[in-house]
Amino acid sequence: MVIDKQEQRMIKYLRREVLPTTFCQGCGCGTILNAYVKALDDLEIDPREVVSVTGIGCSSWIPSPNFHGDTLHTTHGRAIAFATGVKVMKPDMKVVVIAGDGDLIGIGGNHLMHAARRNIGVTVFLVNNFVYGMTGGQSSPTTPMGIPTASSPYKNIESPFNIAEVVSACGANYVARWTTYHVFSLVDSMKHAIQKKGFSFVEIISQCPMNYGRYVKRRTGVELLQYFKENSINVEKAKDMSEDELNGKFVVGELIERNRREFTEQLRVLNKKIIQKNLG
Amino acid sequence: MDIREKYLKNYENKTIFSLGNEAVVYGALFAGCNFFAGYPITPSSEIAKVMARELPKVDGYCLQMEDEIASIAAVIGASWSGAKAMTATSGPGFSLMMENIGYAVMTETPCVIVNVQRSGPSTGQATKPAQGDIMQARWGTHGDHEIIALSPSSVQECFDLAIECFNLAERYRTPVIFLMDGEIAHLREKLVIPPLKNIHVVERKKAKAEENIFGGKLVPPMSEIGEGKFIHVTGSTHKEDGMRDIESQLVHDTLVRRLYAKVDQNREKIVKTEERFLEDAKTAVVAYGATARPAFGAVLKMRNKKIGFMRLITIWPFPKKQIMRLGEKVERIYVPELNLGQVSREIERFVNCEVVPISKIGGIPHTVDEIYHFIKEKEQW
Amino acid sequence: MIKINEKLCKGCSICVYFCPVGVLKTSEKLNRKGYFLPTPVREDKCTKCRFCEQICPEFAIHITDE
Ligand SMILES: Cc1ncc(C[n+]2csc(CCOP(=O)(O)OP(=O)(O)O)c2C)c(N)n1
Ligand code: SF4
Ligand code: SF4
Ligand code: SF4
Ligand SMILES: [Mg+2]
Repeated sequence: MVIDKQEQRMIKYLRREVLPTTFCQGCGCGTILNAYVKALDDLEIDPREVVSVTGIGCSSWIPSPNFHGDTLHTTHGRAIAFATGVKVMKPDMKVVVIAGDGDLIGIGGNHLMHAARRNIGVTVFLVNNFVYGMTGGQSSPTTPMGIPTASSPYKNIESPFNIAEVVSACGANYVARWTTYHVFSLVDSMKHAIQKKGFSFVEIISQCPMNYGRYVKRRTGVELLQYFKENSINVEKAKDMSEDELNGKFVVGELIERNRREFTEQLRVLNKKIIQKNLG
Repeated sequence: MDIREKYLKNYENKTIFSLGNEAVVYGALFAGCNFFAGYPITPSSEIAKVMARELPKVDGYCLQMEDEIASIAAVIGASWSGAKAMTATSGPGFSLMMENIGYAVMTETPCVIVNVQRSGPSTGQATKPAQGDIMQARWGTHGDHEIIALSPSSVQECFDLAIECFNLAERYRTPVIFLMDGEIAHLREKLVIPPLKNIHVVERKKAKAEENIFGGKLVPPMSEIGEGKFIHVTGSTHKEDGMRDIESQLVHDTLVRRLYAKVDQNREKIVKTEERFLEDAKTAVVAYGATARPAFGAVLKMRNKKIGFMRLITIWPFPKKQIMRLGEKVERIYVPELNLGQVSREIERFVNCEVVPISKIGGIPHTVDEIYHFIKEKEQW
Repeated sequence: MIKINEKLCKGCSICVYFCPVGVLKTSEKLNRKGYFLPTPVREDKCTKCRFCEQICPEFAIHITDE
């Protein structure tokens, strides 16, 4: 591949003809795409060994159509279930799901829980922008309490999910949380997640200046990123803090790392045994 | 000899006493099925049960998912990863699958969806057979589309048509619905497994390096994930190369009309019916699935009258021509079915003669005598 | 060298605001698409940390080794 010297190096991984992205000015989705391809590049992974599976929402457009690799852009909330079929048949491929909070936690929350429980070797990058961005800023399962949204014009009275903790409790092998401000840590964490055997999960707190920013009076990417920067607390430091002190903060870092056996590997071991027994 | 062949060799030429649901699994295995994902539901559960036992023996994978939405999703994901994939469910689960069946239609994903029809709507009579999902199979997912659906009337056909479902799915690159009913699914009767060499299996047509996989041909060839083709698969309107284009009317029109045409234009190749005693018939009975059995029994009882019989093996695409021809020939068509008149209504669209539904719901199939007396009375024989 | 890709930049100013040493500034004039592009004003201070390159949502800024 010829690399135009005037271009950012990572553009070689993209479907050049679709650039610039369709994301709004200052949206975090582009930054996550940037981190995703950097992680693959750092790991020297051939894009032919990667399949990106997405759902519906702005976040699902991160790899689709931008990333030049196999892409399965599926239905709202179901990316992980599609990815399960892919991983079972293609266990040697890196199967990466990228989608939003509404998609993966709202309509698709059940699949997320079960994939973590099954510990299937799928990597999930959950883009948490606290809102249903694509449909105009309705409250999502992560919208903080007290914030008005398109669907809760007076204020949101529901408690948000701490989704990284949920996924961790479900049994995932790797769980981390970063924001789009922490790009270098995010890249490192993505690399770790992609390499990790079993279910790996990175919650990426991201900005939607268009449909979230206006409800929290931070209407630009810069203002939201500044907010992430000021309110993030590393998980190590957070350990010594009370729940009250952590209210409204983003605990970032690697939350869990374990080594439960991966699902498709177990399937294959089992098949081998059954076949041996059956054919004598 | 590979593992599957060895396994199948054990079964060929055997005559077994089999459950309908079991026969479906064996048919699928002979057709090359290597991936199954499902969720338990009566009266389809035995399909998953037997799959879970048999599929690993041919090095296939059987998954129990968290629900039917996930099941069909995993099936589609597996199909794009090169698998011959299938799921099986009944009414409520079939309802849950609708969105992703549309995705399979739009993305031209070969796969087989078994719906063992039970009495609805809603939970209805969970354990009782019905034929109430005929129109749901046709129109359940939103938007214009064509669909292929077959309906077996015997355990033997559960086997034979399961193979046919996989073959049609591959040949036309589309989801195929196997519209069974609880009666046939739970029927136990003779199943003759033919010799391997007599079983025709259609394999997937692979795209060449620069070939488009979403257009260019009525049925384009397919690529799979991991081939390095960097395929882009989306349920949104897309161009021939798979890239999304949701603005252009032309792109949408071209795509959706082609998806429609690939089934519609091949209707005569797809459609299968069975015709008996129609040569001089003035009256006919049209039936399918479990109902075809008592319907044919009733026709046999009236052999002294000019009554014929047509069995629909293919429900969708509808056997339009066959029904039109029948309508020109006979004065009256009786349609016994385990619903309030779904196929009979479809028949009405194509004939000028009288169409008389013999509807029955509530989970007890028609008896021969019921149909016999109904017709005798109406015909004043 | 700091390179800005005029075709891709959406003028979000994220690179400008978060450069740890304040190398960049948002220019006064609009580009053809109506965005205010970033411009390096103290390029000599650039540490080549590549934070701007990594955080840019549009792959529009990068640092060359020259
Ligand atoms: C079954 C279904 N329901 C609703 C929608 C409409 N819809 C499209 S995107 C979206 C929200 C996406 O929110 P999220 O996943 O958080 O992504 P974001 O746009 O915020 O990145 C919804 C509800 C849909 N496409 N499908
Ligand atoms: S609506 Fe929000 S999430 Fe969607 S592209 Fe715009 S800023 Fe990004
Ligand atoms: S971060 Fe990128 S898109 Fe935003 S102003 Fe800088 S160069 Fe332009
Ligand atoms: S490389 Fe670092 S110092 Fe140089 S302009 Fe970018 S952010 Fe600033
Ligand atoms: Mg969102």
